[in-house]
Amino acid sequence: MLSLHHDARTPVHALPAGVKLLVLFAVGTTLFFVTSMTVLGAAVVGVGLCYALARIPWRTAGRQLLTVLPFAVSILALQWLFSGWETAVLVGQRIVVLVMLANLVTLTTRTTAMIAAIETALRPLKPLGIRPERVGLVVAMTIRFIPVIKEQADQVRAAQRARGVERSTAFLAPLLVKTLRLADGLGEALDARGVDGPRRTEGTRPL
Amino acid sequence: MIEIEGVSQWFGERHVLRDVGLTLTEDRIGVIGSNGSGKSTFARLLNGLLVPSKGRVAVDGLDTGRKGREVRRRVGFVFQDPDIQIVMPTVAEDLAFGLKRHGLSKAEIALRVTEVLAEYGLSEFRDHPAHLLSGGQKQLLAIAAVLVTGPRYVVFDEPTTLLDLRNRRRVGKLVRELEQKVVVVSHDLELLAGFERVIVFDGGRVVADGPAEESVAAYVAMHPPL
Ligand SMILES: Nc1ncnc2c1ncn2[C@@H]1O[C@H](COP(=O)(O)OP(=O)(O)OP(=O)(O)O)[C@@H](O)[C@H]1O
Ligand SMILES: [Mg+2]
Repeated sequence: MLSLHHDARTPVHALPAGVKLLVLFAVGTTLFFVTSMTVLGAAVVGVGLCYALARIPWRTAGRQLLTVLPFAVSILALQWLFSGWETAVLVGQRIVVLVMLANLVTLTTRTTAMIAAIETALRPLKPLGIRPERVGLVVAMTIRFIPVIKEQADQVRAAQRARGVERSTAFLAPLLVKTLRLADGLGEALDARGVDGPRRTEGTRPL
Repeated sequence: MIEIEGVSQWFGERHVLRDVGLTLTEDRIGVIGSNGSGKSTFARLLNGLLVPSKGRVAVDGLDTGRKGREVRRRVGFVFQDPDIQIVMPTVAEDLAFGLKRHGLSKAEIALRVTEVLAEYGLSEFRDHPAHLLSGGQKQLLAIAAVLVTGPRYVVFDEPTTLLDLRNRRRVGKLVRELEQKVVVVSHDLELLAGFERVIVFDGGRVVADGPAEESVAAYVAMHPPL
């Protein structure tokens, strides 16, 4: 789901990020109060239409759906077992609507716009000591560094496998070390790029 | 001008720089020396990422300890590993990041970003996730993101170490053609060829200081073939 921005000029893309996030939030909460299969079915079709409106290629949309399939199927199976098929269908429809809508927002909104929207939403909380720009920065950096950390995890796994260690949780320790080192470097890089943090006090002289 | 006066640096008990005094005025300055000789530590002093345990570093008269913020605006820093330096998810966003901190308006930022993307041959990657760029492209982006904010000096710490020959040459050319004054720490002696001044560190001390050819010859002489 990360950084899969699909560039195009459509009404869906043009909608302000804040509006899209609000709609997502509203739909997400109301969905769970809707118990009519017809209404939920209509919602599924509605989301499909939004995809068409945003001119998302079928393959992209399909791929998004596929990634949640195993998860959705297992929930459906459980619901069917314990609450009957009607509930299972309702839950299935809700998952599809929610996931597809969330993906549509990511596909049609630039990260920058999304972060700006989050910052705006948090602005009223400033008096409580919350710094919206900082929250925005954290969100952006999380998106940026998830793939980096995943890459590091893969490297550690590969290095261990090369030395004959198979399937163990031992890779967590080196990964943690790597991640901490990354965090250290990152703090310095942010400093160098003009983000002010608390001054470090390393390099003290022995007595 | 960057002045380093009577600087010593300790990390705990470890004495990493020993009484270094230098005045940097040249446009192209290289720094070489063995692993652990204190080059990176020295580089980090130049923009106040590190404040010396003893002595003083000043950039255009601004003390790095007291005027860290202004110093860092003047002195850009490019790290060896671009992965830590790129902090935003996409190429254009990362370029915009530094500019935002310099108080430019949205329109100015957009304009500058477009210019810089074209300048560094990154236009087609504008909305590309940064992690999908190649190593060379990442380093170009990291350098572009520093230069876009218009520093007067740029410090590079091993900018070509992780690159292949082609990208090494590309970064080398870029460094040579910069209008800024640059300080380049490197093990890549080819990169420093023709530099006005190359400083050699050994065990935290400056052991040679002169034009590139002389300093490199001194450095090579210090390490005869095994
Ligand atoms: N933050 C720190 N805390 C403790 N020790 C440090 C720190 N930074 C550097 N050192 C130590 O200081 C010495 C010099 O390190 P420095 O990174 O400046 O060397 P270098 O010349 O850049 O080496 P290289 O060529 O390997 O990059 C090393 O022994 C290193 O372990
Ligand atoms: Mg170093």
